[in-house]
Amino acid sequence: MKAVHENTFTACRNACKLCTPLGACLTFRGIEATLPFLHGSQGCATYIRRYFISHFREPVDIASSSFDEQSAIFGGGDNLHRGLRNVIEKYKPQMIGVATTCLTETIGEDMPMLIRQFVKESQGDALPAIIPVSTPSYQGTHVEGFHAAVRAVVESLAEPGGRAGKAINILPGMVSPADQRHIKEIIEDFELPYVMLPDYSETLDAPTVAEYEKIASGGTTLNSIRGMGQARATISFGSTIASELSAGCLLQQRCDVPEYRLGLPIGIKQTDAFFDVLGELSGQVIPQKYFFERGRLIDAYVDGHKYVFGKRAVVYGQEDMVVGIAAFLAEIGIIPVLCASGAESGRLNENIRRVTPELTQEITVLEGADFLDIEQAAANLQPDLIIGNSKGYTFSRKLGVPLVRVGFPIHDRIGGPRLLHLGYRGAGQLFDRIVNTLIEAKQSSSPVGYTYI
Amino acid sequence: MVRILDERRQQVYRKGQGSFNMTCEKKSLAGAVSQRACVFCGSRVVLYPIADALHLVHGPIGCAAYTWDIRGALSSGPQLHRLSFSTDLREMDVIQGGEKKLYNSLVELIDEYQPKAAFVYATCIVGLIGDDVDAICRKVSSEKNITVLPVHSEGFCGSKKEGYRAACDALYKLVGTAPADGVSRHSINIMGDFNLAGEIWLIREYYNRMGVEVVANITGDGRVADIRRMHAASLNVVQCSGSIIHLARKLEEKYGRPYIRVSYFGIEDMAKALYDVAEFFDDPVMMEKAEQIVRSEVAAIMPEIRRYRKDLVGRKAAVYVGGAFKAFSLVRALRLLGMRTVLVGSQTGNQDDYRQLRDMCDAGTIIVDDSNPLELCGFLKEKGCDIFIGGVKERPIAYKLGLGFCDHNHERKQALAGFTGMLNFAREVYATVTSPVWQFVRRPQPAQENKK
Repeated sequence: MKAVHENTFTACRNACKLCTPLGACLTFRGIEATLPFLHGSQGCATYIRRYFISHFREPVDIASSSFDEQSAIFGGGDNLHRGLRNVIEKYKPQMIGVATTCLTETIGEDMPMLIRQFVKESQGDALPAIIPVSTPSYQGTHVEGFHAAVRAVVESLAEPGGRAGKAINILPGMVSPADQRHIKEIIEDFELPYVMLPDYSETLDAPTVAEYEKIASGGTTLNSIRGMGQARATISFGSTIASELSAGCLLQQRCDVPEYRLGLPIGIKQTDAFFDVLGELSGQVIPQKYFFERGRLIDAYVDGHKYVFGKRAVVYGQEDMVVGIAAFLAEIGIIPVLCASGAESGRLNENIRRVTPELTQEITVLEGADFLDIEQAAANLQPDLIIGNSKGYTFSRKLGVPLVRVGFPIHDRIGGPRLLHLGYRGAGQLFDRIVNTLIEAKQSSSPVGYTYI
Repeated sequence: MVRILDERRQQVYRKGQGSFNMTCEKKSLAGAVSQRACVFCGSRVVLYPIADALHLVHGPIGCAAYTWDIRGALSSGPQLHRLSFSTDLREMDVIQGGEKKLYNSLVELIDEYQPKAAFVYATCIVGLIGDDVDAICRKVSSEKNITVLPVHSEGFCGSKKEGYRAACDALYKLVGTAPADGVSRHSINIMGDFNLAGEIWLIREYYNRMGVEVVANITGDGRVADIRRMHAASLNVVQCSGSIIHLARKLEEKYGRPYIRVSYFGIEDMAKALYDVAEFFDDPVMMEKAEQIVRSEVAAIMPEIRRYRKDLVGRKAAVYVGGAFKAFSLVRALRLLGMRTVLVGSQTGNQDDYRQLRDMCDAGTIIVDDSNPLELCGFLKEKGCDIFIGGVKERPIAYKLGLGFCDHNHERKQALAGFTGMLNFAREVYATVTSPVWQFVRRPQPAQENKK
């Protein structure tokens, strides 16, 4: 396996990553009655809102301290305080998640101090929890921002409790609302009490409502986060996240809650690993519902195996999603010839290797890649299909290779938040979409146009 | 009644209630979740459609990533504007400065893509880390023999308006750098149209049919060479005036070329845009042609519009857009469809704009400056609208409340300008207002909620 990490260009051309504050905002949207707040220029909040809205197609309010030149020179404390007061008055949140930006990190804003000051000045008022997270946009990607916010919330709220609780913690990582709903369903079927953080399965995929809600209902409750330090165990998804960013790691160190770190449960092998842990923690055998679901999935694999065997796929996006998809492809007979990400955790290569041991010779891994790097590499690899977020459409169209949309963002199709990737059920849906994409390519390029395939 | 933050009370006016004294052009209030963006956004919007220029965003990755190919600004030739280039500053660059990275990026991108000019957008932290963007641009300019223009668009240095201004300043540096000969006396520049879904092609065609030569499109389907000689045009026809008026004024000062303000939305405004140009050239033949165009185009679209109008009469609309000028046109276009505008607002309007809106609208209409989601929701509910017209950030608000929605912003892929655009607009309004899906949204509430 080759791990390539040399960009031909100094500049980034069509980024395959987003900035850290975006990830933090997503985490905060998954906590009950919480408003994300960006300490920086107005544009950051507006751009990130727009980016989310185009994917989730839900209202996404993100407040901003709306920096001006004065605040950039003398510090944005006043703006922060005014902004917090306005947000509290209008939204009445239980929590405000304050993420920094490149601007406020560069001028060296001392967030904990500014927040302490605000709390002191507001003495007597009932205040929401105000939790800062450091998310300089020049460091890491949105995924790091996502995890940093999860960790910041746990760090500030969870208290050690000698594993007295009955619940388990589940840290799903940056997955879709549909994925989150499915994970909850699975854990509930194992009759395990749990706390999932974050949980935007309702806040970012909400039904229409008779009354507009200032902050969409749902999300992990603050009380349950407080209890995460007493949990029996933490299950966290994601193998590329750095330990110092991992809330699971923190809970283990600080509260002695053992962490089961798993890859995203995409495909049979990785989902089996997840179910094994649930079985161990619950003392239950796999519920019959999933036994059948797994069986049907294997049946589908068998039905479709010839359509996919030996096909070559380009996979890109968030590192953990890439690892998960690569593992899944390997088990159905597709070779993920190129696995790429704009991120640079330094752990993508080893993890791809871990989940595709038989294919190491055939896979190129690109770290810190932009879309033009990916396009260039892909063009030489003759792929049959491309799997990733909607931003790959540009090169998919150029190369004439079909794109199967997964992950985030999906800006050119409806239903991004309803895409299911995880569990046996998610694998079934992915499998159908992949097989049908290949069949469709064959059908539409055929001069005959078979109606039976 | 909608809860409005104390500091924003003067930014909301209800026609018929109290004297008109709207405050506007204010900085957004911290924490108010403004629908506005920043200086960078303003500059990027204006310059983005110049299709043969290199657009390099100097800063961390976010600003470039969020503005990659998000607008429907079409080009009839080069597509360089649709790529997203960033210096992608990292921690070490923040510590040591990003000049070298900027220099290297520019050089390699110019070599690779051979652009006709380059724009370098300075984002929030560039000045703070001490980068001298102007110096690097000058250096690369002379080394590569290509115009490299810095755009001072640090996000925090004002609002979108300052970004427009920075973009106009950069454009102005190109103007007059190519000879102006061979241009007809009957010539114009189309300014402030971004060629969303090919709109500028429609407009150009109308003007061409009138015998008017279009020198430059600013900036939709824009080309660097056209901008260089745009001072040759006799008249500047300015739409979306907020974004580009600064450049029109400079052209008037320096080259004595006058400008008129127009709008291409709706039959009335589109027709006026043609008549005003013919009138400026004081040419009866041209006026005759303009009238012919209007007659034939209107005749072609009215039968279908009348059909929609039957179902739309008396329905209520809310409008919240970036610039107030577009709001005027929308109020008129909606009236043509038989609809009433009960809420109208903009991100960047001024006193005069809002006064004009007040005069156009019926009593009780709410006029609002720099609003936010909660306020908008409150107003929509209070007024009971059938459709909300705005940009992508407004869409989920409308849908959550069970209203129709029409995207009248830069992300749309449907031409709404010109006579053809009016028909498209009517179709879209009709489709969203009369869709059967709303019967399920406006459903009776469950019993326990009724008790509240």
